[in-house]
Amino acid sequence: MSTLEIKDLHVSVATDDGPKEILKGVDLTIEGGQTHAIMGPNGSGKSTLAYAIAGHPKYEVTSGSITLDGVDVLAMTVDERARAGLFLAMQYPVEVPGVSTSNFLRAAATAVRGEAPKLRTWVKEVKTAMSNLDIDPAFGDRNVNEGFSGGEKKRQEVLQLALLAPKIAVLDETDSGLDVDALRVVSEGVNRYKASGDVGVLLITHYTRILQHIKPDVVHVFAGGKVVLSGGPELADELEKNGYERFTSPAAAV
Amino acid sequence: MTDVVSGLAPELAGAKEGQGSKPLASASERFTSYDLDAFEVPGGREENWRFTPMKRLRGLHDGTARFDGSATITVDGSSETVGRDDARIGQGGVPADRVAAAAWTAFTEATVVTIDGTPEPVTVRVTGPGEGAVAAAHLQIRTTPHAEGTVVVEFSGSGTLADNIEVVLADGSKLTLVVTEEWADDAVHVSAQHLSIGRDATLRATSVALGGDLVRISPTVKYRGPGGDAELAGLGFADAGQHLEQRLLVDHGEPSCTSNVLYKNALQGRKGTTDARTVWIGDVLIRATAENTRTFEFNRNLVLTEHARADSVPNLEIETGEIAGAGHASATGRFDDEQLFYLQSRGIPEDVARRLVVRGFFGEILSKITLPDLRERLEAAIEAELAVTGI
Repeated sequence: MSTLEIKDLHVSVATDDGPKEILKGVDLTIEGGQTHAIMGPNGSGKSTLAYAIAGHPKYEVTSGSITLDGVDVLAMTVDERARAGLFLAMQYPVEVPGVSTSNFLRAAATAVRGEAPKLRTWVKEVKTAMSNLDIDPAFGDRNVNEGFSGGEKKRQEVLQLALLAPKIAVLDETDSGLDVDALRVVSEGVNRYKASGDVGVLLITHYTRILQHIKPDVVHVFAGGKVVLSGGPELADELEKNGYERFTSPAAAV
Repeated sequence: MTDVVSGLAPELAGAKEGQGSKPLASASERFTSYDLDAFEVPGGREENWRFTPMKRLRGLHDGTARFDGSATITVDGSSETVGRDDARIGQGGVPADRVAAAAWTAFTEATVVTIDGTPEPVTVRVTGPGEGAVAAAHLQIRTTPHAEGTVVVEFSGSGTLADNIEVVLADGSKLTLVVTEEWADDAVHVSAQHLSIGRDATLRATSVALGGDLVRISPTVKYRGPGGDAELAGLGFADAGQHLEQRLLVDHGEPSCTSNVLYKNALQGRKGTTDARTVWIGDVLIRATAENTRTFEFNRNLVLTEHARADSVPNLEIETGEIAGAGHASATGRFDDEQLFYLQSRGIPEDVARRLVVRGFFGEILSKITLPDLRERLEAAIEAELAVTGI
């Protein structure tokens, strides 16, 4: 069982006016078998947390630590983090012209598994994973995310999640831009992944509707660059009813 | 033999039609001649030369280059070496710029390869004259009626080479042609390809430009009868300091002919030296006589790093409304940090990510090369290009 531990994490981004601190001391521990939901208003730093875990070069960690099973994640390159078992389903997956989806998936699986998957079983594996997510096999020949709709891109993220089988998955607003049917398909995909082993899920979302499909064990409220309140699933219901106002009012932003 | 342009300012008196910095109104007015002196010495601002770094031409364009060396030409397969007076020389086309005319004036012997039905691919190896030396060369590849064959022309070595390559396809014949430029770093190669397509003949040409300091290739396609079909595919990989230029003209003057052009270039520059540079000019002319023409041309460029510049100029001129289809497109994209981050975030190391992108980009062109050994060698050469710059 894996543990992702984030301690007092401070992260800045470069702006025209110099570095701006976005994360101001995040503490969070996710253990295998658990699903944590991070909820918060726009601009609270949720996506910054996701990118900082994945190692996006735009985000500079100024202090604090991230460890996976005790190993320093911040010392790893982006690809090393993925091979160590971290996965980020992105809010805005990137288009990569010139690289077919099937070549990309195979290269990723080869890297993460440490050896090229056997061609015969691989083809079947991809086909099954695609069919589970209602993805047309023709997408394999198309360039990575190129010209895909928002919903198609999100399905591709969950397809990669299924094939790469990480220890801890961070899902950054995977629900945004999905219609009801797509949300169900994508959620089923995440639940299949959860059921596949003692894996941890960090579900970042602005809305509560995805939590009707993917049940969280812990809900964190994120505001002003850190976790301001943690609780059980019932916290999501309260947010649904009352919104984020009490966390964003000037009195709360201390 | 050249019309002097009338009505010009006094300092331009003597200017000849189709030359000078006055742009041509149409590709159909392009000046051609075997006579070197019929061409003005280009200054670099002419439409035909404005993308070329003239200083790096080593005097090929202005008469200061001395053709003191010679290129070594070897042929795997049957060939002839003929003199300038051979009746077949010139059947493919006429020089359209001063360097091509200089090469035509300077060559002493031409190599002629005739495809008359032999199934074996013929490989022509042209080795440059060596560092510091300048050579002119002339090659003609021809087919007999209804023959089919494959010819590979491989350029390598050092030095400066100006040449004309005539490809003369007889009626109903089919030629697969691969031309590779795998020069050493010092080499300069300026090449005019005259591609003459007979009635119902088919040309499948693939150009691969990897090496050299400056490589400028100007293929011109002309049709001699209806039913001709020309496919021109090409790829170029420009490193820091390299200038790769492809100037294509497909001249549709006969009815019911087809042309398809697809060129892809990748560029990878380096800080502190001359930019990696590619230039692609794609002119397609559909004359009034060329009814029922079908043509498409496409150029794509992939900029892998900073310190690189890709120019792309597609031109489509249509003089008849009776065509089957015509289109052109150009797109230049950048392999950026977000794409790299995305691929790395799936566990793919940086060097593998770049290879994946470049291999995918060029795959469409390389897959047209049906000779497995050649294709593998070129794939390896491209991967080596990536490794050299250490990205």
